[in-house]
Amino acid sequence: MIQALEATNLGKRYGKDWALRDCTLKLPIGRVAGLVGPNGAGKTTLLHLAMGLLEPSTGSVQVLGIAPRQNSSTILPRIGFVAQERPLYRTFSVKDMLTVGQKLNPHWDMDLALERLANLSIPLNRTTGKLSGGQQAQVALVMALAKRPEMLILDEPIANLDPLARYEFQQTLMDAVAQGGLTVLFSSHLIADLDRICDYLIILSASRVQVASDVESLLKTHKRLIGPRERKASVARTHAILQERSSERQSNLLIRLNGPVLDPAWEVQEASLEDIILAYLALKSAVPFSVQHKDTQEVAS
Amino acid sequence: MDTEKPVIEFYLDQRSGVSPYMQLVQQVKHALRLGYLKEGDQLPTMRMVVSRLAINPNTVFKAYRELEYEGLVESRPGQGTFVRKTLADASLASHGELRQGLIKWLQEAEAAGLDEESIAALFVSTFQQFHKREEIA
Repeated sequence: MIQALEATNLGKRYGKDWALRDCTLKLPIGRVAGLVGPNGAGKTTLLHLAMGLLEPSTGSVQVLGIAPRQNSSTILPRIGFVAQERPLYRTFSVKDMLTVGQKLNPHWDMDLALERLANLSIPLNRTTGKLSGGQQAQVALVMALAKRPEMLILDEPIANLDPLARYEFQQTLMDAVAQGGLTVLFSSHLIADLDRICDYLIILSASRVQVASDVESLLKTHKRLIGPRERKASVARTHAILQERSSERQSNLLIRLNGPVLDPAWEVQEASLEDIILAYLALKSAVPFSVQHKDTQEVAS
Repeated sequence: MDTEKPVIEFYLDQRSGVSPYMQLVQQVKHALRLGYLKEGDQLPTMRMVVSRLAINPNTVFKAYRELEYEGLVESRPGQGTFVRKTLADASLASHGELRQGLIKWLQEAEAAGLDEESIAALFVSTFQQFHKREEIA
């Protein structure tokens, strides 16, 4: 089956340093995937590899079933891309930007662009340099959407926006997803927003993939356990402990389940998506691939 | 259709720790229990919820599907999602009296010197024990 994004042992090395390594994952079509990880974890590298802007050092990557580096003229019209710097010509008016977009893109949907900008009350005659940060982000997003892409790649598009502008950007994004036929992959540090926005999550840390999974199954397979500290070892035998906070007697564990928790001494609580992400981000070293979530194991096999 | 005021206005509490999907389900059930939502009422369209809450459309779909699975709503193709069954039923009539009973109990608890947190803790733990006993029985 064709995936929106499929990476196999994908790696990128600069000299001796790996920006990304052993990256194996699948992102199914139609998902909204959040890509999180600390600075320098390889998020932008992965996105640039997916866009065909970089040559892989190892492995391979396919977007919509196509190797992007070798087939850029086929794949680029099908991808909408918004970089954090929101590349707009600052002296151009919004209308001029749309004209540029129309000239450069064969499937350009001018009606869609005009309608969305009108809904957002963004003046077409204003030069983009004079727009607020939120409006610039919206124009960049609308430009990407007007290409009628099958895949939208966003590199921290809202990192430096105020909360309201962020929310409005997400509204435009979710509205576009609701119209169907779109896969979204976006990197973000704003993990509190992710459980509202994404249904798929990719966590990179230490240049490796820690998680690439459906959010629903991630929530099902990760729990918080509260119970007697002396029984911790028996938990560790079956499950993977990602995070531990213990007092003298009591332990509070965030675990990845490997079967049911049978010991009644442990109180099992739901873990929030934010808790799970933070636990993975805090891991100092990569958790061996073999104990990763089964979705990703299937990918590996 | 979108100009009409929706029968229920969803909101999301991002600090609650409850998943957005579950929050939507719970808000509908809450409204059904208290009689704010009645049989035949139309839930807001998915598009409407998505653009108001800036929420993933799949989440709204999942919440509506769960409510449908529980028999509380039905989706009519091309029309929308409608309430099939209220949860208030006969029990709604007794809410007033039960509330009076609770108020009386709260007054007694206060008179006995319990503060708000102790009252809440006592209620929750009693409630949980009560449920556990039901499960065993």
